[in-house]
Amino acid sequence: MSMIEVENVTKRFGPILAVDHISFSIARGEVVGFLGPNGAGKSTTMRILAGFFPPTSGRATVGQFDVVSQSFQVRQMIGYFPERVSVYPDLPVRSFLDFVAEAKDVPRMSRKSEVARVIDACGLDRVKDRVIGHLSKGYRQRVGIAQALLHKPQVLILDEPTIGLDPEQVVEIRRLIRDLGSERTVILSTHILSEVSSVCDRVIVIDRGKILASESLANLRAQLQRTRQIRVDLEGPEAPVSGLLQSFPGVESLRRTSSDTASLAFVLDYQGEDIRKQVSKAILDQGWGLLEIRSLEPTLEDMYLQLIRLEDRRLEAAL
Amino acid sequence: MKSLCVFKKELRLYFGSFIAYSLATAFLLLTGYFFYTDMVFYDLFGDFMDITASLWAYYFQDVRFVTLLILPLLTMRLFAEEKKLGTLELLWTYPLTDVQIVLGKFLACLLVFVLMVFGTLLYPLMLSTVHNFAWGPPLAGYLGVILLGATFIACGTFISSLTENQVVCAMSTYGVLVFFWFLTWNEEAVGPQMIGTISRFSLFDRFEDFSKGVINSQDVVFFLLATVFFLYLTLQSLESRKWRGMR
Repeated sequence: MSMIEVENVTKRFGPILAVDHISFSIARGEVVGFLGPNGAGKSTTMRILAGFFPPTSGRATVGQFDVVSQSFQVRQMIGYFPERVSVYPDLPVRSFLDFVAEAKDVPRMSRKSEVARVIDACGLDRVKDRVIGHLSKGYRQRVGIAQALLHKPQVLILDEPTIGLDPEQVVEIRRLIRDLGSERTVILSTHILSEVSSVCDRVIVIDRGKILASESLANLRAQLQRTRQIRVDLEGPEAPVSGLLQSFPGVESLRRTSSDTASLAFVLDYQGEDIRKQVSKAILDQGWGLLEIRSLEPTLEDMYLQLIRLEDRRLEAAL
Repeated sequence: MKSLCVFKKELRLYFGSFIAYSLATAFLLLTGYFFYTDMVFYDLFGDFMDITASLWAYYFQDVRFVTLLILPLLTMRLFAEEKKLGTLELLWTYPLTDVQIVLGKFLACLLVFVLMVFGTLLYPLMLSTVHNFAWGPPLAGYLGVILLGATFIACGTFISSLTENQVVCAMSTYGVLVFFWFLTWNEEAVGPQMIGTISRFSLFDRFEDFSKGVINSQDVVFFLLATVFFLYLTLQSLESRKWRGMR
């Protein structure tokens, strides 16, 4: 059953089209990553889902409730962490969370324990009585996440939740999000690619207000991995080496790359079966020194850039 | 009532950031000084038979002036600060209605002001230990101060919802309030026909009767309506987020 349903949503700010007819749906219990460069339309989409402003056109529902006409019900279901960490610097952590608990209709009886729960979950115990403005950025960020978690919302919308945290905190927050994802629906936006691979079930790639891909990570990888890549580090004369490497069947491109161990290093793109065995044999047959040969897994960065390049090419073709 | 949580939060912010304390100090010092000078005047030149005309009328008009000075500084942060900090984005994604947010903020600010005004009751109380007078007229004056303050606060709340810059907000509030003060300043400029109409809208003329110890129901209704009017404008201004970017 889908928890979030977005149909043909557009958001326009004057002449700027921030979100351009996007549609997607997210199932209950799914953890979905919004991936895209700055200004791609991630935050705008999340703000629409959080009921902050309505879409210019199109329809979005959260748990069957329309985000515009039933905004109140939607807001009761969600926990939202805005892109700009917004907290009251003059309030102590606990007072702020008490206020949020009350605003979110946490019953009076369980308010205290609920606030204690999120303080514990976000590691705020040490600073709970301090004024938020005096906390470090990482702690303020955690306060922001804590307020989103209050009232155990069924849907969490987190806009760049780990930006500005130190590596240890990033790991902690990711673990927290993963744990939450086992029972709740989570959307998080990021431009840190490794975050998606470590937390999300599925990734929605957005660029210039359009969805470029909405796939599980494995599918995305498979889709973009038709071309294989190997890297060869060796010692030998440059021209004959590159001639030899280019002579293999299915080779699409060959480029020289820098290396700190060898005199020569090449990256070879090809299609078809693994050719490492043939390559290494040929090099040794020539009497050159083979230092290293390995296949390169495309990183999420590569996939992402490839997607954006594909879209650029498509746009150019359309012109 | 969900306004209550916003109300409590605003009070915590007022008293947590010393805004309330510093403004209350200024308010009490200024009104105290004015009361002292008005007292001296009453003592030297006043008509002892008519304390209302020779003391309270002056005193409350001075309090009115201090209220004008202080309240825009109290209201400027209400929405401007939340906009600047981005916390309004949070409030709008909580299950709170705009009415609850506006009422919570307005009432918190009003309570801070009422507490300040209560502090000034000390002055007539001190006077009453050495001089007998009827409490009716000064209490009418206090009612007027609170009604006038409520209108100022509503006006400041509205202007605060228009900008995220607190200084701009305070200056604009001064502008609007001072305009209402000077509206009837020069009767000649507007002519005898217009002055009757215009003075109905002058917040300061409306206050005149209260300072003389008269509670005129028309004036009470006027201040209440003006307050509701400005709060209504605030709601409309917040509502604008919904149609911005709709074209």
